[in-house]
Amino acid sequence: MFDIGVITNALPFLWQGMQLSLLLTALALLGALVLGTLLALLRLSPVRPLAWLGLIYVNLFRSIPLILIIFWFYFLVPLLIGRAVGGFYSALIAFTLFEAAYFCEIIRAGILSIPKGQTEAGLALGLSQRQVMGLIVLPQAFRNMIPILLTQSIILFQDTSLVYVVALRDFMTAANVIARREGRLLELYIFAAFVYFVLCFVASRAVGGLQKRLAKA
Amino acid sequence: MLKHSIKVVVVVVAAVTVMTATAQDLYGALARIDETGIINVGHRESSVPFAYINDEQQPEGYSIDLCMRVVEAVEARLGKEVEVNFVPVNPQTRIPLIANSTIDIECGSTTNNLTRQQQVDYSHTTFITGTKLLVRADSGIQEVEDLDGKVVALAQGTTNERVIKAMIEEMGFDTRVINVSDHAEGFLALETDRVDAYSTDHILLYGLIATARDPEAYDVVGRFLSYDPYALMVGRDDSEFRLLVNTTLSELFRSGEILEIYNTWFDPLGVPPTDLLEAAFAIQALPE
Amino acid sequence: MNYNWNWQILTETPYLGWLWSGLQLTLLVSSVAWVIAFILGSLIGVLRTLKQPVVRALATAYIEIFRSVPLLVHLFIWYFVLPEVLPRNAGRWIKRDLPYPEYWTATVCLGFYTASRVAEQVRSGIETIPNGILDAARALSLSQRQLYRFVLLPIGYRVIVPPLTSEVLTIFKNSSLALTIGVLELTAQSRQIENYTFQGFEAFTAATVLYIVITLIVVWLMSYIERWTRIPGYLSQETS
Repeated sequence: MFDIGVITNALPFLWQGMQLSLLLTALALLGALVLGTLLALLRLSPVRPLAWLGLIYVNLFRSIPLILIIFWFYFLVPLLIGRAVGGFYSALIAFTLFEAAYFCEIIRAGILSIPKGQTEAGLALGLSQRQVMGLIVLPQAFRNMIPILLTQSIILFQDTSLVYVVALRDFMTAANVIARREGRLLELYIFAAFVYFVLCFVASRAVGGLQKRLAKA
Repeated sequence: MLKHSIKVVVVVVAAVTVMTATAQDLYGALARIDETGIINVGHRESSVPFAYINDEQQPEGYSIDLCMRVVEAVEARLGKEVEVNFVPVNPQTRIPLIANSTIDIECGSTTNNLTRQQQVDYSHTTFITGTKLLVRADSGIQEVEDLDGKVVALAQGTTNERVIKAMIEEMGFDTRVINVSDHAEGFLALETDRVDAYSTDHILLYGLIATARDPEAYDVVGRFLSYDPYALMVGRDDSEFRLLVNTTLSELFRSGEILEIYNTWFDPLGVPPTDLLEAAFAIQALPE
Repeated sequence: MNYNWNWQILTETPYLGWLWSGLQLTLLVSSVAWVIAFILGSLIGVLRTLKQPVVRALATAYIEIFRSVPLLVHLFIWYFVLPEVLPRNAGRWIKRDLPYPEYWTATVCLGFYTASRVAEQVRSGIETIPNGILDAARALSLSQRQLYRFVLLPIGYRVIVPPLTSEVLTIFKNSSLALTIGVLELTAQSRQIENYTFQGFEAFTAATVLYIVITLIVVWLMSYIERWTRIPGYLSQETS
């Protein structure tokens, strides 16, 4: 009953899909890290309006479903800016904006976890506010945050399956195309679940191991 | 005014004599294609035989063939090769994606109607069909009137969805509607006994039966519940591009080549062109 | 930008009714799913803290399966695959006799999925309870059932109210995935309005605002619960 042949025949197509999933994850991760760090600095800014701006951003993007954000960029933003965004960039922008809200909170907590004394010591040595942040606080904060950032990246990788709603051919959508065409939903969906499970399970175990090593160090 | 007329004449001449145009005469889709070197072709994934995904995961079908002729005409017009970027669309996404110019042309199974013309524009008519019902052969359902107390699948965003929903409401039927996103999903619902009927344009129903594992288990039943003329969909207020599309189609209609393309895709389904469709081809075979 | 704004469309029939029914479905799917997630998640979270290795392994397996596979994949398997592999009558019952099968499938699937996340919170809540309290409970010779009923769960739940808030918010957002199996919840209804009226900005703005309102209400409600359940002087409160 379980027809493995339909999967093996589709492997090259599924692999293309997986490459797109990984590419989207990597780019969105990069974007969300940069934007998330900026937002975290905004939120920690002593200038009130800036801190509020960061707070509003984070809460706004934590309120709206990812699918709705993707739709905004795929269908409506092109009307505003007068040119098409396209499925890939809609998804990439939506993931970046959405995940940045989560990364911001992680990074903010990481920065706050660095004892204040270090900042004071840096300032006492004559370093500027910016140097203290860039040379002392952020490097340590990121080191502490690596495990939780990686865990969030695994979630991001799973979220990329949502590009299904804009028919972008990621791994899940590729599996879906084959499933529908061949009428083999059981095989393809179970296979998709299996692949996601293996990748995410191994990755989260690796993160767990790393966490233990960092805790010891 | 005179300047404007001259410009129009120039454009027409350029289009029909396949001259290379300079960039500044271009606007709309042609300008976009010229700038990026890419034509974004929207296609359906399970509209057999108009546009569907084949065994190599590529779109193919009657509408795709027509669109590829349009692409050739675009290349001739711009005097350079353009890359075709296929964008999968479904009944819910096709109109917003034309309206926001994510796709330059849609090649599928889209009904041309006046409400939609407020948002998008259409080429000449390429096929004529209408709403019918697909049921299991042993279901006993003959007409839409038999749907009382049954479950029917409808694809969101299709003209058929509105027709059937309106009829159900008008007749006060207790009919449950399952929302599906495309024809493959509608047929899947019927195949797995989730619904008693799937309704869409009759030709697509024949296409679904043809690709089914057990074709004799299904029947297309009932009278035509709507009139659905298909056309290629293009952006609104883009006469230049639409003219190019229509010029391409008229040439096919005039030369009779359209029947060859038609037979390639419809012979396997056993659906010869109707008199109405042949008349439509003849009427739209505009002279140069 | 060439766009005809028409905010009034949102108040017209039937579009206002569509938005309203979409909002109701979003609330209904999310809250029923939350009840499932909370009960099942608590159970699995507790199982994770027990001594028996087999029970723990089963609970861990549940959590890993749900955490390592995207919700969309779960949803498709539950909706398209599950009724086909069940015995014929059971499958038919799910597809036909159950009222609103797509709604129930989405709700139960979302509930089971979220349960894995709740379970992890419950486990960590129980594990933060200091050994001193455990020793005290043992000194009172409480049975294991009594230990969980009167000591571990009451404290554990109160510790995890803040992280649970974020899970409640997530369940509302995740309920939008139900549109992929044909549930006309809020996001789907806003698309349907766009399809019928071509007023996409208005429809999507309405949906966005409604989601924000839901979030504000949830945050307000949970902060109320948090204040109400706060354990005076308990140090885990500082970490939130």
